[in-house]
Amino acid sequence: MVEILRPASAEETRQAVAWAAAEGKPLEIVGAGTKRAFGHAVAAEHHLELAALSGIIAYEPAELVLTAHAATPLCEIEAALARSRQQLAFEPPDLGPLLGAAAESATLGGVLAANLSGPRRILAGAARDHALGLAMVSGRGELVKAGGKVVKNVTGYDVTKLMCGSWGTLGVMTELSVKVLPAPERTRTVLVAGLDADAAAACMGRALSSPNEVSGAAFLPAALAARSAVSYVAGAGASITALRIEGPPISVGARNAALRGLCGGLGEVEELHSHNSAAFWRELRDAAPVAADAGAVWRLSVPPAAGAGVLAALAATGGEGWLDWGGGLIWWSCPATLPASSIVRVAAEAAGGHATLVRADDALKREVAVFHPQPAGRAALSRRVREGFDPKGILNPGRMGWPGLMGQQT
Amino acid sequence: MSIAMPLPDAEVLAGRDGFIAALSRVVPGEGVIADEKGLRTYECDGLAAYRALPLAVVLPETVEQVAAVMALAGTHKVKVVPRGSGTGLSGGALPLTDGIVLGLGKFNRILEIDYANRCVTVQPGVSNLAISQAVSAAGFYYAPDPSSQIACSIGGNVAENSGGVHCLKYGVTTNNLLGLEIVLMSGEVIRLGGKQFDSDGYDLLGILTGSEGLLGVVTEVTVRILPKPSSVQALLLGFADVVDAGDCVARIIAAGIIPAGLEMMDKPAVKAAEDYCHAGYPLDVEALLICELDGPAAEVSELVDRVEAIARESSATVLRRSQSEEERQRFWLGRKSAFPAVGRISPDYYCIDGTIPRGQLAHVLARMRELSAEYGLGVVNVFHAGDGNLHPLILYDAAREGDLEKTEGLAGAILRLCVEVGGVLSGEHGIGIEKRDLMGAMFTEDDLKQQQRIKCAFDPAGLLNPGKVFPVLHRCAELGAMHVHHGKVPFPDLPRF
Repeated sequence: MVEILRPASAEETRQAVAWAAAEGKPLEIVGAGTKRAFGHAVAAEHHLELAALSGIIAYEPAELVLTAHAATPLCEIEAALARSRQQLAFEPPDLGPLLGAAAESATLGGVLAANLSGPRRILAGAARDHALGLAMVSGRGELVKAGGKVVKNVTGYDVTKLMCGSWGTLGVMTELSVKVLPAPERTRTVLVAGLDADAAAACMGRALSSPNEVSGAAFLPAALAARSAVSYVAGAGASITALRIEGPPISVGARNAALRGLCGGLGEVEELHSHNSAAFWRELRDAAPVAADAGAVWRLSVPPAAGAGVLAALAATGGEGWLDWGGGLIWWSCPATLPASSIVRVAAEAAGGHATLVRADDALKREVAVFHPQPAGRAALSRRVREGFDPKGILNPGRMGWPGLMGQQT
Repeated sequence: MSIAMPLPDAEVLAGRDGFIAALSRVVPGEGVIADEKGLRTYECDGLAAYRALPLAVVLPETVEQVAAVMALAGTHKVKVVPRGSGTGLSGGALPLTDGIVLGLGKFNRILEIDYANRCVTVQPGVSNLAISQAVSAAGFYYAPDPSSQIACSIGGNVAENSGGVHCLKYGVTTNNLLGLEIVLMSGEVIRLGGKQFDSDGYDLLGILTGSEGLLGVVTEVTVRILPKPSSVQALLLGFADVVDAGDCVARIIAAGIIPAGLEMMDKPAVKAAEDYCHAGYPLDVEALLICELDGPAAEVSELVDRVEAIARESSATVLRRSQSEEERQRFWLGRKSAFPAVGRISPDYYCIDGTIPRGQLAHVLARMRELSAEYGLGVVNVFHAGDGNLHPLILYDAAREGDLEKTEGLAGAILRLCVEVGGVLSGEHGIGIEKRDLMGAMFTEDDLKQQQRIKCAFDPAGLLNPGKVFPVLHRCAELGAMHVHHGKVPFPDLPRF
């Protein structure tokens, strides 16, 4: 029987963790629970549900900083920002539907704990680049704060970054300050139809090496483009290479023309405007093209110029996928088998990158590490870092790998 | 000296000759400096008020040598202070008398320029500017541009998470860094990140950046490079009141404009700069803003119009837009020579580096004037207004008895003020020894102990640059202990379901 603890304040959170540490009781940390299927199962009789730690604490648009309780729903934050024509520039994905959970329920703490960033990451940086400061409860049951509420800060170690992508294994975040930025006045997406992956990669590389501030660069093979809800994309009957530009109208117009000049000769060109452009990039952001596939879904982070080659190597799994981040991010859907998994890991590693098993059944996750296995030295260092925060190993034990180790089998 | 350093280890001092002999076997030839004259060169960094002679200086040339030096030092319990170009302003590279300085100056090669992946891999001793210069002909640059960029090393930039005038739009070092190779105190070599955007596992790259040389020695750095903007233009805006200038900054940002640079100078700074380099600054203003916009030409000219309109609404008394590259450079000339300019009006000056929420600017400047009168020392302000990073320069005379102590007192009071209004002790210079003893103004004992546990994971014996950043040194064994009380009613007030 799972017992659920629902603290209503940072102090109650501290009490719960201090109790768990004293009793050696593991806790599974849950915000909205939309990403519970991401990562390894946590063996815990107690859930620490943080939903009550919700609400925006401070937001002054001219300061470009927002502070909120950790379990504040992202959609609440994004709505507040939109009222002041601002946004979270890292374009947080909503992986709820991909992972079989509710849409539009993810929390600020959850998206930062997973360090998830959308297509704009190539221009605006990752989730971790927007996290400025936090309050948390360490696995020692102590309230700890780090960072600040200003955009520029070198005062002590950047613990806030360390917490991003740590999946609740170091501490329980209770309050977060994030950098926010103006939302663009206008968006355009230039589509080039019919390129193969290599030509698409060359086109994206040229665009990203130009001074046109491209805020999205993706390549969808024809079969995946056909699944888009955006008719221009679905109806192309060919692969789609997409380049997004955002900003003041006059600037978007000029850059749109420049990009058409750079890539226009390669294939048929179309443009997506506001609503369609937003819908298209939301699909990619949330991995919608493969959400309905059966089987495993992977996310590979590789040097951008290697993307097309990795995509070709992945074909041996019998799966399908696309390039984002100008080739630096690959979403890949394939059968949930050991041989396919090993092809994915080898392909990522050969390019100098890494692969994360975002979605898979428990059977595969018993055999394959969700997070990319690390060299022994770095894994040991990470384990020592963890022991400094959570010496009893009570916070989300096993979530990032087999007990106590990061992506390494014991 | 008002900042106490850890007491030297007598055993290490006694074993100096033997250790230097062993060190010379690891790094042969001229790689080890042990004579007093040679050591003098390394006695301080950019925080020149604090000096100490190290046990020895070692200048390795390969990562294998760095690893061997670290392992050797570890075995002999000799402390290690890493050093890049020595331009740091917070004393992070201040030598320890019972420790060696590990200089990375010979790590000065650009290893790979990878245009396809838009990144450059360099050794840590390469200067910040050299990276931009190496890729300039191909139309790229490295965005963070600290004012010492001609001299400061990229390894030092990683250690201090350096910023510059363009970081509001383009981020600081941590936002532009892709990969590192580091050597731990044990001699172990660890690689973090690579050429991909996101590194996997815990964000050790993030924790290394800005760790002030306390966690590992950086031996290789991979940074992102960006295409140069096609057009740049600057505005020079003068205000009769600092409140108006602060208001103008807030309005520019509220209007959705993120300038490439947004700098403010107060009246004394404007006067000092104008006297020094004749940039053509107006002398009848209380505050001067330099606002730079970059991007496609059409965007820049539109945003310059908008900023000009905002400045009018904010009662600007001077409004100039650069009509040429030459004029834009002249707008910046005074700002960029503000430090030497202040050096001419005062025998010594002391630069501080707090960050505040932008909205507190007028209040902080007013309070700073009061503090300046209270301490009897002049203060000149240059300010990265866009990101709230203040650089007050305190004018003093080191030759005058008690002036340095008074200066440090005033600096402490100003930094505590920054924290009081919701800011932080350091925006881009780091804590080092300079602000070490003020950390308690911002962090609790628990906060600081948790940070020190990170150091324990990297350097359990506490030999890498100890005495910096943290006001109280704890042994790792003590930090690891956990005091728990079994058998108590766990959390009586917590609702259970």
